[in-house]
Amino acid sequence: MSACLDISNLSATLPSGQRVLRSVSLTVQPGEVRALVGESGAGKSMIGKAVLGVLPPSVRIVEGAIRLEGTDLGALSAKERRRLIGAKAALIPQDPLTALNPSRRVGPQMTDRLVHILGWAADKADRRVRQLLDEVHIREPDRVMKAYPHELSGGMRQRVLIAAAFASEPRLIVADEPTTALDVTVQKQILRLIAQLQQEHGTAILFVTHDLGVVAKVSQKVTVLYAGKVVEEADTPALFANPQHAYTRALMAATPKYTDPQASLKPVDESVLAGLAAEIAVADHDWRPHG
Amino acid sequence: MAEPLFKVSGLKVALPDMTRKPLIGSAPLVEILKGLDFELPRRSVTGIVGESGSGKSTLGRALVRLIEPSAGSIHFEGRDIAHLPEGELRPLRRNLQMIFQDPMSSLNPRRTIGAIIAAPLKLNGLGDNLEQRVAEALSRVGLPESFASRYRHELSGGQRQRVGIARALALSPDFVLADEIVSGLDVSTQAQILTLLEKLADEMGLTVAFISHDLSVIRRLCRQVIVMRQGEIVEQGPTDALFADPKHAYTRDLIAAIPLPEIDDEWLKAG
Repeated sequence: MSACLDISNLSATLPSGQRVLRSVSLTVQPGEVRALVGESGAGKSMIGKAVLGVLPPSVRIVEGAIRLEGTDLGALSAKERRRLIGAKAALIPQDPLTALNPSRRVGPQMTDRLVHILGWAADKADRRVRQLLDEVHIREPDRVMKAYPHELSGGMRQRVLIAAAFASEPRLIVADEPTTALDVTVQKQILRLIAQLQQEHGTAILFVTHDLGVVAKVSQKVTVLYAGKVVEEADTPALFANPQHAYTRALMAATPKYTDPQASLKPVDESVLAGLAAEIAVADHDWRPHG
Repeated sequence: MAEPLFKVSGLKVALPDMTRKPLIGSAPLVEILKGLDFELPRRSVTGIVGESGSGKSTLGRALVRLIEPSAGSIHFEGRDIAHLPEGELRPLRRNLQMIFQDPMSSLNPRRTIGAIIAAPLKLNGLGDNLEQRVAEALSRVGLPESFASRYRHELSGGQRQRVGIARALALSPDFVLADEIVSGLDVSTQAQILTLLEKLADEMGLTVAFISHDLSVIRRLCRQVIVMRQGEIVEQGPTDALFADPKHAYTRDLIAAIPLPEIDDEWLKAG
């Protein structure tokens, strides 16, 4: 069986020619959660955007391929690509307040995708969304669907977007820092909900996060990124038991641990950063677009 | 030494609820802080932790008297500042400094870093040797002197937060309020800023109120902790004792919700 998502050797550049993604390869198998972790500017959201075909116009893919269930997105016309991504993939965004249109009721925003992109009948889409609202434990679907986004709490809005993402039975969901804006207790509920739905629906998830704690709790596989380059790739338990790359170890040492308050917090060491810079210089030197 | 820097009792803050304001007339008041009693011991970092809407930032702003409480007293250095008029607060302000969450919005984009740090010095009659004082403030937070001529957009997130700290500490205040100062930063930068704050608080004998939603950071940094929920203190005490044996169910819920960076298959199912 082919991978649900297969990214091979993907490079992307800015108009200046600078590479923002450096020959990235990763796969997400059906029903698997892969965490994509790194600091700001590492390119983790960029990969999610590339998969969903929503890269900013200034970023150009110059090399490599993205395959969704075996189909090479680069080989399709723009229209075919949109249709394929719309049918097979969905997004759970970081900030539910900016992802929802403030001047429209929540219900139509949830059914839009099913009706306009997937061509469902309106009443079928409505039934489907109600079913999903029930799955995310929203007990008053009528009230929520008639509400405007500002009338719902942060946790409630994120539930709505999770329901909307799963409604079309996508094979792959890109979750882009879905709990970063939430309080810890709400974060735990939302993580649990995503895990439950993911298992029940057998959906693969590319889970973008900066939080190693979240990585440990939700993922089976993990890819560590730095400056658009994959520095380590492992099964999640193996990464935490035995991190291979100095940068991964440094990130772990910089993370405050509730259970170990005496540990000194170490910023990522100069020598580690120098090592990373050297690795990137070598990679860039050897790299020839289309070569 | 025994006398705390802040002694707060019965502190209440009520603010107008603009979402329920009638077309004509004043908005009804909503009580944000519902009668708080606590002390901030000198030369010590006290953590204030709670979820959004718990009132922790409002509490901080009342301490530095950016808002006036509706009831209760705030004794600072033995003097009740809860209802002092601005004129009488002015001389105290140099001792009540603040570091903000987002240095991008709290540093003026049109002024140089040097001018930003010099502003409080000039206002407080320390305008002589300005260049040297600015250079000292910069070196205190580990930035080179040459940064004085830069603008905020030329700095990284961590460097900007260092400037925020340099500005707050330029006047060698007794008290610093740090409101979520690391929540927008990467872990590596966060580690740098926390280590810096810890070192400076120790060297300069600062009393710090450290507001955060992150229990791991609070436990690492603070000697005392105040846990807040919905405008009330649910629990307070020395950090070691409080976290070793949290008395209140809400504190235990908060602790249980932390995703620790370690493998635990039961965590998502429990609680």
